[in-house]
Amino acid sequence: MISLANPTRFLNLVGAVVPWLAALIVILLGTGLYLAFFVSPPDYQQGETVRIMYVHVPAAWLAMGCFLVIAIAALGTLIWRHPLADVAAKAAAPIGACFTFVALVTGSLWGKPMWGTYWVWDARLTSMLVLFLLYLGLIALWQAIEEPGRAGRAAAILALVGAINIPIIKFSVNWWNTLHQPASVLRVDGPSIDPALLTPLFVMGAAFAALFVLLHLLAMRTEILRRRVRALQQTQVEHAVLAGA
Amino acid sequence: MPDLGPHAAFIIGAYAIAFVVLGMLTLITVVNDRKQARMLIELERKGIRRRSTAKPLTPSVKTKIIKSKPARAAAKRKPTRVRKPRT
Repeated sequence: MISLANPTRFLNLVGAVVPWLAALIVILLGTGLYLAFFVSPPDYQQGETVRIMYVHVPAAWLAMGCFLVIAIAALGTLIWRHPLADVAAKAAAPIGACFTFVALVTGSLWGKPMWGTYWVWDARLTSMLVLFLLYLGLIALWQAIEEPGRAGRAAAILALVGAINIPIIKFSVNWWNTLHQPASVLRVDGPSIDPALLTPLFVMGAAFAALFVLLHLLAMRTEILRRRVRALQQTQVEHAVLAGA
Repeated sequence: MPDLGPHAAFIIGAYAIAFVVLGMLTLITVVNDRKQARMLIELERKGIRRRSTAKPLTPSVKTKIIKSKPARAAAKRKPTRVRKPRT
């Protein structure tokens, strides 16, 4: 891990890993979609709409997981001042925002036929909306402050404060009376879903997780390159000023 | 494809939105990555390099700087005293 603190070594690693990850995503996504539409039986209560679960639940997992990555990176920025920590956090925010948006919209489309409404202000849905707003806040903060170091520290504080929302999302269905169903996969006494529905869910979850890793690595590489370009442009301006003087 | 029943529009809509959003995200990420890589190559082609990768001064150039007349004169010059102003 320490050797990866060197951005050049990290860039080399990304170059080597990306093609393999892309191939893995294609295989997992293909298998997951086949299982979701051709193998998975309809649910005895929800019927065919249960198939929405195979995009909704992995998106929700990744929405929360991505914020955990940002929170850990925020610790790296504030405590260890790891050179890649704020790069990792900045790169993860738009990806997390997209996964949260997908979870909200697909949940809404699942809610209409099952609950009779697209939206209710219950604890789970509202805390997910708060997560989406937190992602937007982080993105806005990075855009507002030009100097990457300062922006990274400010965003790290916001990320650590916002991380309180993650256990609230997870346990909201236990703590409050909500329309959203309680946890049925990540439970102490094991999943309460039939394996015929659980297998496609895990395959799609693995596909989404691999997609997140791929996008995160690519976005981190882009951010490192952007900082190098910025440094070179500053050098170019300095050279021009010296030549003029 | 199985018959998705009366709620087919909701199911297909959910998958369509998920794949459009994640597809767009992937596309934007890849385009940005290539754009930054191209910009970096362009700047390096112009001869602008980072300090860590910049070509170091050759010994002959260093010697020329050290042995130049103004450099020798500066080395010989005694440091000037600065007196404290009386209060």
